[in-house]
Amino acid sequence: MKDQPYLDTSPKVSDEIRKTTCYMCACRCGINVHLKDGEVAYIEGNRDHPVNQGVLCAKGSAGIMQVNAPSRLQAPLKRVGPRGSGEFEEISWEEALSLAESWLKPIRNENPEKLAFFTGRDQSQSFTSFWAQNYGTPNYAAHGGFCSVNMAAAGIYTMGGAFWEFGQPDWDHTKLLMIFGVAEDHDSNPIKMGIGKIKERGARIIGINPIRTGYNAVADEWVGITPGTDGLFILALVYEVLKAGKIDLHYLAEYTNAPVLIDAETGLLMRDAEGKLLVIDRKQCAPAPFDKCGIKPDLNGTLEKNGKIHHTVFHAIVERYLSHEYAPDAVAERIGVSAGRIRAIAAEIVRVAFEESFDIDQEWTDFRGVVHSKMTARPVSMHAMRGISAHSNGFQTCRALHVLQILLGTVEVPGGFRFKPPYPKPADIHPKPHCKVTPGAPLDGPHLGFVHGPDDLALKEDGSPARIDKAFTWENPMSAHGLMHMVISNAYAGDPYKIDTLFMYMANMSWNSSMNTKGVIHMLTDKDEIGQYVIPRIIYSDAYSSEMVAYADLILPDTTYLERHDCISLLDRPICEADAVADAIRWPVIKPDRNVRGFQSVLCDLGARLNLPGFVNEDGSQKYADYGDYIVNHIRKPGIGPLAGFRGDGTASGRGEVNPEQLDRYIENGGFFVEHVPDDARYYKPWNAGYQDWAVAMGLYDSAQPYLFSLYVEPMRKFQLAAEGYGDRQPPDHLRAQIIETLDPLPIWYPPFEECAVDTEAFPLHALTQRPMAMYHSWGTQNAWLRQIHGLNPLYLPSKQMLAHGFKDGDWAKVTSAHGDIVVPVAEMAALNENTVWTWNAIGKRKGAWALDENAPEATKGFLLNHLIHELQPPKGDGLRWVNSDPVTGQAAWFDLRVRIEKVKLPHESQPNFETLKSPVGQGPSELKWKVGS
Amino acid sequence: MTELPAQTNRKLGLVIDLDTCVGCHACVVSCKGWNTENYGAPLSDQSAYGANPSGTFLNRVHSYEIAPETGGVAQLIHFPKSCLHCEDAPCVTVCPTGASYKRLEDGIVLVNESDCIGCGLCAWACPYGAREMDTAEGVMKKCTLCVDRIYNENLPEEDRVPACVRTCPAGARHFGDFADPDSNVSQLSAERGGFDLMPEQCTKPVNKYLPPRPKDTMDEVDILAPLLAPVAQEPKGFMSWLDKTLENL
Repeated sequence: MKDQPYLDTSPKVSDEIRKTTCYMCACRCGINVHLKDGEVAYIEGNRDHPVNQGVLCAKGSAGIMQVNAPSRLQAPLKRVGPRGSGEFEEISWEEALSLAESWLKPIRNENPEKLAFFTGRDQSQSFTSFWAQNYGTPNYAAHGGFCSVNMAAAGIYTMGGAFWEFGQPDWDHTKLLMIFGVAEDHDSNPIKMGIGKIKERGARIIGINPIRTGYNAVADEWVGITPGTDGLFILALVYEVLKAGKIDLHYLAEYTNAPVLIDAETGLLMRDAEGKLLVIDRKQCAPAPFDKCGIKPDLNGTLEKNGKIHHTVFHAIVERYLSHEYAPDAVAERIGVSAGRIRAIAAEIVRVAFEESFDIDQEWTDFRGVVHSKMTARPVSMHAMRGISAHSNGFQTCRALHVLQILLGTVEVPGGFRFKPPYPKPADIHPKPHCKVTPGAPLDGPHLGFVHGPDDLALKEDGSPARIDKAFTWENPMSAHGLMHMVISNAYAGDPYKIDTLFMYMANMSWNSSMNTKGVIHMLTDKDEIGQYVIPRIIYSDAYSSEMVAYADLILPDTTYLERHDCISLLDRPICEADAVADAIRWPVIKPDRNVRGFQSVLCDLGARLNLPGFVNEDGSQKYADYGDYIVNHIRKPGIGPLAGFRGDGTASGRGEVNPEQLDRYIENGGFFVEHVPDDARYYKPWNAGYQDWAVAMGLYDSAQPYLFSLYVEPMRKFQLAAEGYGDRQPPDHLRAQIIETLDPLPIWYPPFEECAVDTEAFPLHALTQRPMAMYHSWGTQNAWLRQIHGLNPLYLPSKQMLAHGFKDGDWAKVTSAHGDIVVPVAEMAALNENTVWTWNAIGKRKGAWALDENAPEATKGFLLNHLIHELQPPKGDGLRWVNSDPVTGQAAWFDLRVRIEKVKLPHESQPNFETLKSPVGQGPSELKWKVGS
Repeated sequence: MTELPAQTNRKLGLVIDLDTCVGCHACVVSCKGWNTENYGAPLSDQSAYGANPSGTFLNRVHSYEIAPETGGVAQLIHFPKSCLHCEDAPCVTVCPTGASYKRLEDGIVLVNESDCIGCGLCAWACPYGAREMDTAEGVMKKCTLCVDRIYNENLPEEDRVPACVRTCPAGARHFGDFADPDSNVSQLSAERGGFDLMPEQCTKPVNKYLPPRPKDTMDEVDILAPLLAPVAQEPKGFMSWLDKTLENL
C-alpha cells in the first residue's frame, strides 16, 4: 500500500474571532465571526449565547455570502430617470442628507403628518419609533401588521404575552407539543433545538397545518386542516375538554378572570369601589376584590343587584362552548378533520395534561400571599404562528387557542407554555396609541400601543382616522402594530389624507412585501393631473439592490449586519429565554468597503439637522454621534437605557447609570448580556411574588403587576357597546354590524372574509405561502449559496388536484383569484390538504434586482402569490374601501386567498412578467472561488 | 487501482437521525462554509448569480415523500447525504492515481487533491452520488469528516467535531467511533435500529441512519372515550357538576 500523504490536521482556523449577533433572519442568534487578514473567513454559532447555544441555521452560516453580495448598494443615490426606471446618480452623503432635510423640514413645521415613516423588518423599532415621535408624525409602524399582529395582540390581551419573543414551550418538561400554522421561519433555531430535545425524551408532537413540511414533517401526528378553520378545530377541542370536565378548576379560579362577575346589563366586568375586579368568595359567600388575601374565588358565583342576577365569566364560557355548534360532529366536514380524530386529539391532550402531570418541589409565594410548596405540571405546550394569524378571523382564532391553553391550566406551569421576560406584562400597562400632531413639535407620546376602549382610538376631532394606515380606528380598533400594508394604498387614494413624503426602511413594498404588487407599482409611479407623482417623495434605505430601490427618489444605503452597531433591546423585541433576561449588540466586526452608513446612525444625523428634541443638545448640536453613541447614552427612563447589561460601573443589571464602556463590556462578554431568573420565580410569573419583585429590580416593571388572565377581554365588549349605540364616540353606521359580530369578548369563529365575498365554487382552492427554513424573505436570493437551495418555487398541488387537472411536474398552470391571475410551474405534493395549493414565499424576483442575471430562475420561473391578493376586499357595491385585513387588529389576511387553477401551454416565462429594472450595482460575477487570508 | 487498508484503527463516522431531521439545510451550508475556507481548494460556484447556479457541496439534503401503499397519510422524509466513509469504498479502489484513499488511523476517506487528475471515475463508482467534481479546480471533492477540525488543536475541544454536527439545530447528527461499541454513535445506532444505506451494494458504509419513528398512529376515538366521558351534556348540568366538584376541592 502506498504511504498516506502528510496532512496538517491542526491548521490555523482564523486570526481572530469576533462575537456579534446574526441578522440573516429575525431569530437573532449569537455568532462567532472568524476573520483572516480582516476579512470574514467563517461564521459559526456562539455556544454561550442564550438563543442558539452554538447551533446555527443555513442562513446564519451563509452570512459570509450576504456580506460579500454583489447586490450591496455602494453609495447614496438620487433618482434621475422616471420612477421605476432604476436610473440614478451617485451623490455624496452631504448632498443626500441636505436633500432629505430640505424635504422633511418644511413639512414638519407645517404638518408633520405629511411624513409617513415605516420601517419593515427593522430590528431597532424602539429607536426608529423614538425618532418618528420626535419628528411629530403619527404615521409610524414596522411590519407587524402584515406579519403576525393577531398572534401578538391576542396573546397580550388574553394573557399578557404571546409566542416567540414573548414566550416558549417548556422544552425541558413538555410531553406533548401542539404546533398550529407554524412554518419554519420564526424563532427557528430555538424551535429546532426544542424539537430535538422533545424527540430525545420521547415526547410527542402534533402538527396542525395544511402543509406537511419542516416541523410538521417530523411531527408524530399531522392534521392537514382546511385553511382558516383552526379556530373551529380549537373550539371543538374546548367543547370536548369542557364537557369532560377535564379542566384545571383551581387554576381558573385563582389566576384567571373566570370567576369575575359580568354585569348582566352591560356585559362589562364588575368592579368594587376601588375599581378592582369583583369575584364571589366561596368562603364568605360574598363579593370580594380578586386579589384579596385568603379568598376562594367562586367559578360559579352569582350576585343579585339592581334586580338582575350577574354571573361569572366562566358561566358565560360554559354557556357558549357547550353548545352543539362546536361539537366535533358539527365541525368535522368544514375543517377537513374527522370527528373521531378531533376527539382522539382532545383525549390525548387531557390525558397528558392531567395523567402525566408531575410536581417540581419548589416553594413559591403567590400575589395573595399564599405560600405553595410545589409547582404542578400540565405538560401540554402549544405554539402557533402565521398560519392561524394571517386570516381575517385570525385574532379570534389566536384567542381561542389561548383560552384552550388556559382552561387546561398549561400557561406558566411546568411542561406548558412559559413567558420570557420582560413578559408577562398585562395589556393595561402597555402604552396606548398617541396621535396628537403639533406642527414643529414631537408627537404627544408613542405611536403604537394597546387600546382599552373607544376613547383610546387614534381619531381626529372630526372622527376621521389620525393615521395614514387607519390603525386604531373602527375598521380595526386593536391594531397594535399598525397596518404597513395599507400605507401606500391609502396615501395614493388620499384616504384619509394625502401625504408628502414616504420614508421607508428595509421594506420591499414594490415586490414581495405588498399585497397587490402590480397595483402598488402603479401607485408608486402614477402622476396627478399636473404631472406630479401622486405620492410626491419617496426616501428609501436598504443595504441591497432590492426591487423597492427603483421606486424611490433618494436612496440612503445601509450597511450589512457585520458592519454596524445595533442593540437587541428589552425595549424592543427581546431575545430573552423563559429562565433568563437577555439582550445583545451588533458591532462593526468588519469595516464597510463602500460609501454606506448604518441607517440608525443616519437618523442620528438627520434628527440633528431637523432639530428634533431627542437628537440635539441644548446648544443645538448633534446629540448622538452615531447609533453606537445612542445605544450607550440614551436614557429612556431614569436608570433605563437601550441595553440592560453592564450599566453604571459595569456591574449593574437592568437599572443603572450610563456606562461609557458598556459596548466594550458587551464585546468582552461575547456580544450579549444574560441574567437568570431566580428558581422560585421560574413559573407562575404573572402571580408569583418572587418573579414580580425580581422584575421590578431588573427594571422590567416600575411596580409589581400581578394580574388575571383575560378569558373574557373586556375592551372588546366596550367596542361592541359603542357599536350598539352607547357612549359618545360612535362608529360609522356601516361598521356597526361588523364590530358587534367580530369584537366578541369571548372567542368565536367566523368564515374568512374572502370565502364569503367570492363564489367558492368558482374559486374552490385555498392558496398559501410559507417561508423556507433556509431563506429569509427576499434577502436570501442574492446569496450565492442559499439560492442554490431555494432557487425555484413551483406551485405545489395536492395529488388529487394534479390528477383532476391532468398535470405532470413541470407543467404550467394559470392560477386565478377574484383579483388577478398568474401563470406558474406546478409540482405534486402528497402531504398536503387536498384543497390547498402553496408555494415558497418571496423566491420570485423582478428582473434586474438583487444583482442577478435577468435569466435567473427566480425571475423566469419564480413568482409571487402577492399578485393574486388585494389589499382591499372585493368591492361590495357601497363605494367603500373595505380592507382585506382582520377586523380586530388590521392584520393582513394573506391566507384567506381563494383560487382556481387550469392547465396552460408552456409559456415563455412565469406571468406576470415585468420590465427589467436597471441595476444600480451591475451584476454579480459568474464564478465564485471564495477563500480569504493567505 | 488503489488499495484499501485491511482494517482501520478507528471507524469514525456519523449517525444521522431521520426522525429528527427537519430538513433545514444548516448542515449543508455550515459544511460549505468550512470546506470552502479549509481543506484543499475552495468549493466553487458557477453561475453564482446567473441562470443556472451550480456549485460544489459535500453534503446535501434531499426530501422524499412517502405515500403508504395502503392509503393513509403521506410523509415527508428529509434525507441528508454525504460520503458514508465505506469500509469497502469502491471510490478508492477505482482511483487510478492513489489520490483517493482511506485513512488507516480513523477510516476517513479522503482525496489528496495534488494527486487527483479529475478523471471522475470515483464519482461513477460511488453508488451514493456522494462525490462532486469541482468545476473551477478540476479536482474531486468529498466529505472529509472535517479531518481538519476533529483533531485541530487550535479549536476548543468541544468544537473538534465536523462542522455539520456542531451546527445541527435539531441535534439530528452525531459523530463518533463505530469501532468502539460503547461510543455514543454505536449505542445510538444499536438503540434506534441504525441501518446501512443500500447494503446490497456491499460497500459497508460506516455512517448509519436512524429510521423515522412510526407516525400518524393515533386511532380515532368514538364518542364514548373514557377520557372524554361527559360530566354533563348541557350547561346547566355542567354548572351543578361544577358546584359539587368545587365543594370537594
